[in-house]
Amino acid sequence: MTPELGQLALILALLLAIAQSTLPLLGAWRGNRALMAVARPAASGQAVFVALAFAILVWAFLHFDFSVQYVADNSNLQLPWYYRIAAVWGAHEGSMLLWVLILNVWTVALALFSRQLPEVFLARVLGVLGIISTGFLAFILFTSNPFGRLLPMPPDGADLNPVLQDPGMTFHPPVLYMGYVGFSVAFAFSIAALLGGSMEQAWVRWARPWTNAAWAFLSCGIVAGSWWSYAELGWGGWWFWDPVENASFMPWLVGVALIHAQAVTEKRGSLRAWTILLSLFAFSLSLLGTFLVRSGILTSVHAFASDPRRGTFILGFLAVVVGGSLLLYALRAPKVAGGKAFALVSRESAILIGNLMFTVAAAMVMLGTLFPLLGDALNLGKISVGPPYFGLLFPLLMLPVILLLPFGPYLRWGKSDTPVLKQVLVRAGIAALACALLAAFFVQGQLKAIAGVASAVWVGVGVALYIVKRWREMPRGRRYPAEMAGMLLAHAGVAVFLIGVMLSESLSVTRDVRMTPGQVATVGGYQFHFDGVTQTTGPNWQAVQGVVTVTRNGAPVAVMHPQKRTYVHEQVQTESAVDPGITRDLYVALGEPMDPNHVERAWALRLYTKPFIRWIWAGGLFMMLGGFVSAADRRFRVKREAEAAQTITATVQEA
Amino acid sequence: MGRLLPFIGFVLLAGLLGFGIWWNSSHDPTAVPSPLINKPAPAFVLPRLDNPAQTVSKDAMLGKPYLINVFASWCFACGEEHPVLMAESKTFGVPVIGYDYKDDPADAKAWLAQHGNPYDLVIADPSGHTAIDFGVYGAPETFLIDSKGVIRYKRIGPLTPDVIAQQLKPAIDALQKEAP
Repeated sequence: MTPELGQLALILALLLAIAQSTLPLLGAWRGNRALMAVARPAASGQAVFVALAFAILVWAFLHFDFSVQYVADNSNLQLPWYYRIAAVWGAHEGSMLLWVLILNVWTVALALFSRQLPEVFLARVLGVLGIISTGFLAFILFTSNPFGRLLPMPPDGADLNPVLQDPGMTFHPPVLYMGYVGFSVAFAFSIAALLGGSMEQAWVRWARPWTNAAWAFLSCGIVAGSWWSYAELGWGGWWFWDPVENASFMPWLVGVALIHAQAVTEKRGSLRAWTILLSLFAFSLSLLGTFLVRSGILTSVHAFASDPRRGTFILGFLAVVVGGSLLLYALRAPKVAGGKAFALVSRESAILIGNLMFTVAAAMVMLGTLFPLLGDALNLGKISVGPPYFGLLFPLLMLPVILLLPFGPYLRWGKSDTPVLKQVLVRAGIAALACALLAAFFVQGQLKAIAGVASAVWVGVGVALYIVKRWREMPRGRRYPAEMAGMLLAHAGVAVFLIGVMLSESLSVTRDVRMTPGQVATVGGYQFHFDGVTQTTGPNWQAVQGVVTVTRNGAPVAVMHPQKRTYVHEQVQTESAVDPGITRDLYVALGEPMDPNHVERAWALRLYTKPFIRWIWAGGLFMMLGGFVSAADRRFRVKREAEAAQTITATVQEA
Repeated sequence: MGRLLPFIGFVLLAGLLGFGIWWNSSHDPTAVPSPLINKPAPAFVLPRLDNPAQTVSKDAMLGKPYLINVFASWCFACGEEHPVLMAESKTFGVPVIGYDYKDDPADAKAWLAQHGNPYDLVIADPSGHTAIDFGVYGAPETFLIDSKGVIRYKRIGPLTPDVIAQQLKPAIDALQKEAP
């Protein structure tokens, strides 16, 4: 019976979502407060039912209810409990349910923390979120029901894809979805502002902490995904420009642009239409990402099951939500450029250039991702662009951003003095050059590594100089307000990230070797001793485990245990061994035995040394932290009441 | 007008995505058209697996249609395909040449000894150089070559009873009807 209760809960949630998406909008239009007041309780009720459905699915997994098709497809009796919980979002149906659950979490959070918002505005925001929720709940109920029964009930289930049986994978999807879905809040704010027609700046201030938090979650989710593909896929890479990765990267790029544009609009009133457009883009790209992943129209390593019905449904939904919002934008966007004017040398200009670069980069990623589809459409045959396309264009587009970044905090709104900028140019420039020269001695003329050190020092010194300046010039307690501290953290993250990318890309050493037990291979100054293989078992797998002792100049460094696991349903999964370090990772993946009948003899092994690769994720985590710290700024909360009061008067007068 | 641009862009994008759905439901997304179809097969001279001193060349095979089946002992999907070939290769009515791809000859011989040999003869390409000319990008792959040495059909991935019945056998029949 319980799974049917889950389905019933989803149906009730859908009904509430329909109420939430129609009545408050109607009320806001007609000025009917009773209808507007439906928004909050409908949102909370919906969240309760979705959470109930989710809990029932979790319960079905924990209790091995293989009469539920989804449970039977994605778990079995041997699967440990923690992976049975993660299996809830391990495939299509459950991950869509997670999507809706997270949308409800955001909606309820918004309803709780936005009591100061004008009633009309909040009714519109919650109404828009209700529309999105309606679409996804209908999608689940009509095309992707996780509670479908399987009769007769099998004695045991299949298995969760072994690739997903990894700690990184258990929390990567929820965090990523927190980011994706979080952009729906900025989206709803923009739509509400367009609908209301009052182009007050206030809504941007309300939207800012939500956008920052969503972007921070998205950063964290991307870092987790990248780390997982590094540790789990055994290819030693951290980013592949895979369609599904790109799907998460496009909203991230637009999110960066949006965060900065929001700052301009909030503080100066300029770029209003642009900020609205970016909010629409960020969430539209999240939806597009969902479409690309879920419709299966692009083949990728993430190869999810595809179903044309699902693709058609999401496309229709995209047409309504994205098409509708862009049409609304065309009709209602502010016609006159508002806000204060700014000179060529000003913070606005710098942010505008950055915005342009990030938006073009997102467009570039989208073009590259959709290229195979274009090839089919224009009858050019099977074509696709890979890392060379992205690897060339992306750094080119980011170059102006890196060059401008140290000046950012120094630039003033409106018009900036040049002497202080020259000072930054000289100091950061000299530091970057000096470090580049120093680095040249260590990296054997690897241009990419030298450029990496130079660019990271350029950005890092720029940030450090500004920290020192604030320390000297401002009284204690007012030196680093959260908003600024977040900005500095995120910018420092860029420097850390640059070190990681450029050094690991240029200085990594990979060797494929055939090793018999007792043999030694030297890679990047480390001696890898292969001591043969042993057998080992886990909760639901058996493995051949290699033993590799690493030494450097005779001193022991690490003992590594790469595995080749065979799961209960014969799926084979390589579990590479990583010895992490601040300046380098050692990475060993076990290949195949040369002779399958004699595993005690020679094996193929893949050995890597990867200098500074950990800095890539550290940089991403700094950016994430920056997003959260900024979002927590008291300014966003304290001033709200005053602003809210103003806008209410404004709306009343309008009405 | 400028305000409408994002909307127009989206309409174009939605059109493309809609096309993608239609295309994928009417085409096999894994089917890669081979530029070699209806082109002469590349010239090859390769040693026999069982007797490396003896070679097999394209010229020597001219005059009658034949199949080339690319396999390797290390290839997992070939293990899936193998029982199908064991059951059906004698019913094709044309010689089937096994093409041992990037493999240690000793491993290949052991593999064939263990699982059975469905081939009329086996040629070995341990370096995989000739396979590049054939556009092989992973085993198993199957080529149907006609009596004039022209590639008429290509299958990427394992042959299954369905593929054999619906694609390969009709292609072979068509060849044999052409032949005088």
